[in-house]
Amino acid sequence: MGAQKKGATARVAEDSEVVARHSLQAILLADSFTTKFHSIILERPRVLLPLVNIPMIDYTLAWLESAGVEEVFVFCCAHSKQVIDYLKFSVTTIEANDSISAGDALRLIYERQVIDGDFVLISGDTVSNMSLTQALEEHKEIRKRDANAIMTMVVQHSKPSPITQQSRLGTDELFMAINPDTKQLLYYEDKAEYSKGFISLDKTLIADNPSIVLHNDKQDCYIDICSEQVLSLFTDNFDYQHLRRHFVKGLLLDDIMGYKIFTHEIHSSYAARIDNFRSYDTISKDIIQRWTYPFVPDILCGSSAIKLERQGIYRASEVTLSRSAQVGSFTVIGQGTKIGNNTKISHSVIGEGCSIGSNVTIEGSYIWNDVTIEDGCRLSHAIVCDGVTMKLGAVLEPGVVLSFKVVVGEQFVVPAYSMVSLIQQPTQQDSDEELEYAENSSGTVEIPSDKLNGEIASDLSETQYGPTPELGTGGVGYIWSIFEGAHDEEWRHSVAPIPTDKLAKIMLDKDEDEELLTQDGNALVEELKSDSEDDDNEGSRDDYASFEKEVQATFLRAVHENVKVDHAVLEMNGLRLSYNIAAVDCAGAIFYSMMKLAVESLHSSARELHRNAVEVITTWQKLLKSFVHDIDEEILHLLYDKEILQEDAILRWADEKEGADESDKMFLKRSEKFIQWLREAEEEEED
Amino acid sequence: MPDTQALVNDFISKLKKRKIEGSQATAKQTAELLRSVISQTRVPYTNQAAALIQSVKAVGERLIAANPVELAVGNVVRRVLHIIREEDLSLTTAAMAGLNLSAVSDDEDDADRDNQPVLSAAAIAAASRSTLRPPSLQTLLEDVPDSAAIPHTSSSGGDSEGKSKSADKSSRSRKLKHDVIEAVNELIQDISTCHEQIAEQAVEHIHQNEVILTLGSSRTVLEFLCAAKEKKRSFRVFVSEGAPRYQGHLLAKELVMRGLQTTLITDSAVFAMISRVNMVIVGAHAVMANGGVIAPVGLNMVALAAQKHAVPFVVLAGSHKLCPLYPHHPEVLLNELRSPSELLDFGEFSDCLDFGSGIGAPLLHVVNPTFDYVQPKLVSLFITDTGGHNPSYIGEMYRLFVVSACGEGMNFKSEIMRTNCIAEGNFVKSSIRMRGINFFGKLEDRKSQFFCGCGEM
Repeated sequence: MGAQKKGATARVAEDSEVVARHSLQAILLADSFTTKFHSIILERPRVLLPLVNIPMIDYTLAWLESAGVEEVFVFCCAHSKQVIDYLKFSVTTIEANDSISAGDALRLIYERQVIDGDFVLISGDTVSNMSLTQALEEHKEIRKRDANAIMTMVVQHSKPSPITQQSRLGTDELFMAINPDTKQLLYYEDKAEYSKGFISLDKTLIADNPSIVLHNDKQDCYIDICSEQVLSLFTDNFDYQHLRRHFVKGLLLDDIMGYKIFTHEIHSSYAARIDNFRSYDTISKDIIQRWTYPFVPDILCGSSAIKLERQGIYRASEVTLSRSAQVGSFTVIGQGTKIGNNTKISHSVIGEGCSIGSNVTIEGSYIWNDVTIEDGCRLSHAIVCDGVTMKLGAVLEPGVVLSFKVVVGEQFVVPAYSMVSLIQQPTQQDSDEELEYAENSSGTVEIPSDKLNGEIASDLSETQYGPTPELGTGGVGYIWSIFEGAHDEEWRHSVAPIPTDKLAKIMLDKDEDEELLTQDGNALVEELKSDSEDDDNEGSRDDYASFEKEVQATFLRAVHENVKVDHAVLEMNGLRLSYNIAAVDCAGAIFYSMMKLAVESLHSSARELHRNAVEVITTWQKLLKSFVHDIDEEILHLLYDKEILQEDAILRWADEKEGADESDKMFLKRSEKFIQWLREAEEEEED
Repeated sequence: MPDTQALVNDFISKLKKRKIEGSQATAKQTAELLRSVISQTRVPYTNQAAALIQSVKAVGERLIAANPVELAVGNVVRRVLHIIREEDLSLTTAAMAGLNLSAVSDDEDDADRDNQPVLSAAAIAAASRSTLRPPSLQTLLEDVPDSAAIPHTSSSGGDSEGKSKSADKSSRSRKLKHDVIEAVNELIQDISTCHEQIAEQAVEHIHQNEVILTLGSSRTVLEFLCAAKEKKRSFRVFVSEGAPRYQGHLLAKELVMRGLQTTLITDSAVFAMISRVNMVIVGAHAVMANGGVIAPVGLNMVALAAQKHAVPFVVLAGSHKLCPLYPHHPEVLLNELRSPSELLDFGEFSDCLDFGSGIGAPLLHVVNPTFDYVQPKLVSLFITDTGGHNPSYIGEMYRLFVVSACGEGMNFKSEIMRTNCIAEGNFVKSSIRMRGINFFGKLEDRKSQFFCGCGEM
């Protein structure tokens, strides 16, 4: 180990020289490796989707260029041809059609051996204007101190909504534990189970770090500054697929070679990744509000092409705008677009070469290029891709996504949150969310099946451009059915704002949950007593609850069927082992069942209840005793502390047992000290 | 060529990303870039000036488009174009003087030829008349009647000109480029020393025990104040911090380092403090043709405060900041909205910008304009590297000192046509075109006035 360390430090010295010499490189993954945006990305890669009329990858590349990155490797996978054609060899592209995850991509890049030092790892759908120099300095500084620091993640303050538990970018609430002094990342959980209502931290974290700050108000910007070891790590651990879920969590949990991840927080500058339709909406609005300056439409396109007018209206040259048309604030209108009489547009982005008829209402929508919208249509919070035609009076309800060249029939109302495409929905499509959750809980790695490459060709060939009744008369396209499970969640990631009734419902649900929780808390006080002893397993509570039920059932069966005590002991023991529960807990469960039996059996007075209890206990004492091997004074103390047992009761019990036989005195002996302490305390009080 | 291309692209991307701060740096770098463009341009045997102008124009248009709000770029491009024309003209007139003799000897039979010497003499006279006077337009306009009178100029005359020119060519082309580069070098020199030249006048304007107010930070102002300090003037400076970039803090620090008594105030305290101030001295981003000033945001308020209390409002501007355009010209981009993150920490306010609830539109808007427009009537005095001027004189001054009449300065198209004419040396042909240009120039003027009306409405 010592030798290894020496080697490491020597390498660091070498590295710093290398860093000084070599130019800054970046790996840009031009494929998201997920099926978000699935109805659109079957036809066009995500990085080429227009964001405020400019392909997403342009924002990323422009930022990388201005941040001083000299060499960019663009990794293309799905639709690689489109991406390469678009970029026209202005950057080095790496093409691989068989890669199905970020992990595969990085392994391939490692094989090519093009990276020779620190690099920036970013996906092609990131918008940022942060300065890299400071983050790089920090990364180098940390690496000088600690050779095991292989990655610096960029994070930003962003508080998730307290109601929906999701950030403004539509991503789930993210929990991060960070050492405030070193900025080391200690814990990363982006798929916390809200139903459980808690997260668990390894207690060694607390032992190793003097202080830990647990954040839920940080947003992961998905901009990583990595050392070249990251690539080799991916190669070594060939099951790593996902950057965050596998790589980051893997490093944090498994502690591979003691590698560490650090964080760099940005404050005023902007960085965000388009991950779903909601973040598409949010980031578009951020760009229009110029948070991403200087990467804003009028500068990226050149001011002669697009001019910024009052109230945040960006208007390209050669826009034909009717006098009676009303263009509201924060709207972008692309070149060559025609807008008819009395049309109202607000908070929307209209692409190039669109023709919009009269009396159209467009609100909060994203309309791409060459779209035809006939008179009297209404659109609210929708995404309309290239070449779509909306016939007279068609209506798009919030959250609709119309994919390329769809035709919506006259007067047809497309229901909220529907995805419409010319391509039929792939039949065996898994919900991305489900897949992710499945992977997460089971801990095994399932390779997400990549439909994009194999199927798209066949899908395209199968597509029939016949009129389908699905979109009204004259409509062309298929409405995709919403997957099971994701049904209720559509509104979370859609472009449309969350409807107020939904918010109210969540609030209500939440209140109920909280009530339930407090009720549960009251009911399970006893259980919690024993539970609080073991803090290492957060799942134990659930397990314990079900175990308790089992015990209860078994016990009742034993009572009713007059099973022999010995058999009952055996059965209980089996149960205990299968649930992996401590003997003490088991005893607790049995005791609980006994008491319950006593309470449940008919009784008219307290005396009768007492008799019942005594009867049950005397019958089944052997069962209880067989599990209570090592109950000690701690429990007694605990019960006392929690004011469940009164001091007097304990002392009385001790006095009572004074004259009892040896086997009975076993407990007394164990709790001798505590009783002694109690007595002393009493005396002091009397003084 | 490729390396100039690379240089140009590099500079354009820097301009686009707003990486170059300050109009002086921009102006200097633009001039240096254009110098290398000129030196790399291959000059053909004919139309050398046109070739140079062509390449400078091509680069210049791209530079202007890259950051239209940085008017210094356009100003420098215009001045370089002017330099090329100027040098070309002086060479042409010299050649004409030579030609004069030969023309007289060769073409006695053609009576109309007699006009030619007169014409060139007039040109020479015009050129030599004054160093201040740009000969281009006036000279050529004077020529117009003469050449218009002989629209049928014989081809023989043209041929003889051609011959004599071809003899001159090699030396001329080399000389033209050389002269242009020399002149551009002078321009660069001018730009880089404009601080000192402005600062030299400091003692005339700053008096003992005065209180000077300034806003934000400007290197010109810093040098100006320090020059007065060096001349043993003792005075006090109020520095308004200049939100949201707070460059006033830096200026205050610099001033204190140089030993000046400095008081830092907030922008909102300007009105409260102005009654104690004897003079406001500020820098500018650009000075427009009507004497209006484009200046860092907040200056209009200072100017109004100064007017209210009858405090002189003095603007310091190097000649590269003088722009021949009017502020209401539709091509001029007067302002730029910078990132709101200069005002607010994005992270802190991200929860106010959640679009997921409500109407889907943010309730919080943050607007961060970069510049203010200060009307000419609020400005008491401009101090440039050529001395102090009244705002009403600025347009005239620009014409005299810097480039040409406004009609052409605005428009590259008329410029290139005109240069072609000059370079061809064929005044006869040019005369017709000149009229057209003249007409268009006027038209352009009218149009801009029309737009100005619209803008003010």
